[in-house]
Amino acid sequence: MNLLQTTQLTKYFGNTHAVDAVDFAIGEGEVLALIGSNGAGKTSLVNLISGLLRADGGRIVFRGIDITALSVHDRIRAGIARSFQLVNLFDQLTLLDNVALSIFSREGMIGRLLSLANRYRAVWEEAFEILRQFGLETRSSLLAGGISQGERKLLDVAVAYALRPKLLFLDEPTSGVGTREKAPIMDVVSAIVRSKHITAVVIEHDMDVVFRYSDRIVAMHQGTILASGTPDEIRHNEAVTTTLIGAPDA
Amino acid sequence: MSTFPVTLEVRSSVKPLAWAVPAALLLFALPHAIDPYQTILLAYGLVMAIAALGFNLLLGYTGLLSFGHSAYFGLGAYAVAFMVKYLHVQSLELLVLGAVVASLAVSALFGFVCVRYTRIFFSILTLALSQVLWSLAFKFFWVTGGSDGLRVPTPAVLGRLPDPAEDKILFLANAYYYYVLVLFLACVLVMWVIVNSPFGKALQAIRDNETRAEFVGIQIRRYRFVAFLVSGAFTGLAGALWVPLNGLTTPDILYWPFSGEIVFMSVLGGFRTFAGPIVGAVVFNYLKTSAVGFTVYWQALLGAILVFLVLALPAGIVGTFKHLLLWLRKRAFR
Repeated sequence: MNLLQTTQLTKYFGNTHAVDAVDFAIGEGEVLALIGSNGAGKTSLVNLISGLLRADGGRIVFRGIDITALSVHDRIRAGIARSFQLVNLFDQLTLLDNVALSIFSREGMIGRLLSLANRYRAVWEEAFEILRQFGLETRSSLLAGGISQGERKLLDVAVAYALRPKLLFLDEPTSGVGTREKAPIMDVVSAIVRSKHITAVVIEHDMDVVFRYSDRIVAMHQGTILASGTPDEIRHNEAVTTTLIGAPDA
Repeated sequence: MSTFPVTLEVRSSVKPLAWAVPAALLLFALPHAIDPYQTILLAYGLVMAIAALGFNLLLGYTGLLSFGHSAYFGLGAYAVAFMVKYLHVQSLELLVLGAVVASLAVSALFGFVCVRYTRIFFSILTLALSQVLWSLAFKFFWVTGGSDGLRVPTPAVLGRLPDPAEDKILFLANAYYYYVLVLFLACVLVMWVIVNSPFGKALQAIRDNETRAEFVGIQIRRYRFVAFLVSGAFTGLAGALWVPLNGLTTPDILYWPFSGEIVFMSVLGGFRTFAGPIVGAVVFNYLKTSAVGFTVYWQALLGAILVFLVLALPAGIVGTFKHLLLWLRKRAFR
């Protein structure tokens, strides 16, 4: 059974069909890469599933439940989390605070008004452990606005990961970082995702990253799904190579 | 990756007591060292500090600039005046309770509308709604006394009515000052816990990045609404404590320049710090009183002083002090 299934999912922006009756599915434990040129509809599709955008048509079923009309809050409760293409962090809070907020939220403690946050030692220990897994523990007391772009990318994923999602969307986790930094970032993220059996959807433009880290690839073009298959199948798919990748090496 | 052992360091909640305890002791001792007039001025400053603390929960911690906090301050004051005039309530405890409940009710109503918006839209809405209350206070003169306002006699503090023979100035500078001081310290403590609670962290997250806050599961409007309620209640309490000091409430405290004064107190002290609005309120109160005593053009003088202070100390008094301390510490360890 699929973890997530969209049926005829549609989103229009004026006359533009950003997502055009898309049937998209992902199985439990898969690491799937979503590829396509700019404007193909990848981020719009993720925005629809994560709740940032409302669908104009179609259904989204997650773990057997129709979540099409649910709020972002309810989708997070259901087990969907995401990171962002343009890093979205709490810049005036420390790295530890950034991660701890997700844990407080996940545990239903975020609304506690009259008890000091510092009293919840277990939350801070877990936040620190997550930072350690992402290699950010030495930066834990720094403000999120004061660290490097590569570290911000990792923290962005760590904040989403701290929600303990069943399905994690990673929107261009290596965009804006140097070529040398891409592999270390993806190594860390991939190791954590696979060790915790988290289903992940990675939007990525870098084909080296896509082919190296994903189990399956879905290629999008002009709001529709162009092809779906293993990295090897996609590498040799004529429609994909013509439209997106270019001819494979001889 | 660092080869040094790294351990979890959670910031201590007790550390600020190093500043807070001496400051509280000083405030308790001051009436013995200064004359009654200065003590009453300080009481005004503490009352305004409660309002500024409430205001800054929205500005400093939630990122919402309200230009309508005169509404809750005035409401607290008018609630006290109405209870005295129409219900003949004399107990200050009941008056304060009634004022806080009234402020909560109106801030719930206004907050329901305002928290749907942010930035300039939020500011303008709060301003417009506060001016509705001002015009009601102004036009319904048979109830509110219009521009003449309503007189409020000295209330009974802790069940004890002031002796008619007792000098009112001495009463305000002693019993009433300590009453205000205890409530002020309680407000500081409660606000300290709120801003350092998981809820307070959520507000700061909303301030920093609303989209991300939503995607860690924070229900933005609900949290803003609760912050709005707390802020309104603090400001209403300040209004209730202010009116026995002043002896009279008029529509002036519902008018928009009064909201501007509350904004200014927070900016002057430093709205990015917890203590900034407290210091800003006390300093602003002294500045205003001195300017009024110095010249009839006190608004112009005050404006010039305030512009200078903002340009010279953009982080506010407390913010600048903190930067200075940090700089000195760095120099010492160099």
